[in-house]
Amino acid sequence: MMRPINLLWLAASFLVTLALLALWQWIANHGYVSKVFLPGPDRAFAALTRDYSSGKLFTEVGQTVLRMALGWLVASAIGIGLGAAIGISPFARTWIAPTFEFIRPLPASAIAPVAIVFLGMTDNMILLLIAFGSVWPMLLTTIHGFSNVHPRLDEVARVLRLNRFERVYKIALPAAMPDILGGLRLGLTIALILAVVGEMITVQGGLGSRILLAARGFRAPDIFAGVIMLGLIGLATNVALTALERRLLRWQPAPAT
Amino acid sequence: MMKALKGFALPVLLLVLWQIWATVAGIHSDTLAAPVDIAVAFVKGFSDGTILSATGMTLTAAAGGLLIGAGLGIVSGFVFGLLPPLSRLSRVTVEVLRPVPAVAILPIALLVFGFGYAMEMAIIAFACFFPVMLLTESAIRQITPRLMEVARVMRLTATQRTFKIVFPAVLPRLFLALRLAAGIALIVSVTVEISANPQGLGYSLMMAGQSLRPADMFAILFWIGLIGWALNWVLVRTELKLFPFHALRRAAE
Repeated sequence: MMRPINLLWLAASFLVTLALLALWQWIANHGYVSKVFLPGPDRAFAALTRDYSSGKLFTEVGQTVLRMALGWLVASAIGIGLGAAIGISPFARTWIAPTFEFIRPLPASAIAPVAIVFLGMTDNMILLLIAFGSVWPMLLTTIHGFSNVHPRLDEVARVLRLNRFERVYKIALPAAMPDILGGLRLGLTIALILAVVGEMITVQGGLGSRILLAARGFRAPDIFAGVIMLGLIGLATNVALTALERRLLRWQPAPAT
Repeated sequence: MMKALKGFALPVLLLVLWQIWATVAGIHSDTLAAPVDIAVAFVKGFSDGTILSATGMTLTAAAGGLLIGAGLGIVSGFVFGLLPPLSRLSRVTVEVLRPVPAVAILPIALLVFGFGYAMEMAIIAFACFFPVMLLTESAIRQITPRLMEVARVMRLTATQRTFKIVFPAVLPRLFLALRLAAGIALIVSVTVEISANPQGLGYSLMMAGQSLRPADMFAILFWIGLIGWALNWVLVRTELKLFPFHALRRAAE
């Protein structure tokens, strides 16, 4: 439960945000910054409500979120599966894991041109881009989590005569969970970024194409409307994963602060 | 040493297999190139200066954006860290702005600045600002209260307290924030060049792909990866050298 004093701070903080919005409106109204660049919040919200009532907003948000989620799910499956396999095997850790360390520093968007050459400006190319980019944090955190299981837990597993599968499922997976969840969250952030990048490059619909086309047509209110929606998606996914993290890690003692 | 060599085994093996396959199958493709052809394209790109000039553009934009974004981030992190009420008042604003993906502001930057360095730097600065600010703020929060008590007992002025106690205490974590931000800056610069800005390595990469020059494309891709890797290596080394205690402690955690 939140203490009343904290609630008061939160309310005050909300007021500050509202005041900043009002300031933005005031600047836009008085034309201190050209309207071409900076439409007031009223015009941005007007663009939002217009697209909401025409259903366009829903379609575009849906496309972006679907791409993000699909690419992220593929990446999670590969990242956790492969990461677990590599993490529990010392052989794979010495021979295979370093290769990933070589590929990881490559900015994910840099493979977009390569993906385009192979798949064209298609939906699949965006999915490949998202999956490739968001797999790294999950893969590496999972490897890290599985290879750093406390030796004492390993001893427990041996004493209990767990077989290999049980040892992975009952001991290693829960122990690696905090690392994996951290990777999942980072991966989702990257997935959203790459969904936008992919849509900007390919112009295959979605919020990314929409805001880029709006920029080419000098329709600033549409850009701001799109950016607001992207911010909301980012906020929502972050809140959802934080809640999931808290739920799955309930059994852990709270970290000392 | 032996372990590091083992790490190279798989990439080398894959490269050799790729080359053998390319030679035997005799590919003349618009999408793939043999490793040897890629190496030739790499050397050629360096000798005629195209790769170097593109690299210069990308790194200039990345460095400029990093300087602006991290600079503003450190200043606001200090302000928020030293004045907690201010930080609490801007909590909602920060939490609302932070999740906006940096590339999403690309169209706005494009409208305001047009193509070129300014637009790219603005986006990089936006991307670097929030992580640096938050890390700086939390670094200041985590200064041991005892140090602040010492400052009070010694009757240090606010300026003295900032430079003698706060700054040295947060320096290691500040460097960590800068290291992360440098990585972000490089990634964002390449991303912006691929998706819109017609300059730098990202654009060369895109053009090589679009004009069906796979050897050039893979050469530039390899070079971008190498820069990312080298940047990280240098910064980690510097961190170990400057703050051995902190870096080791973090590695042990």
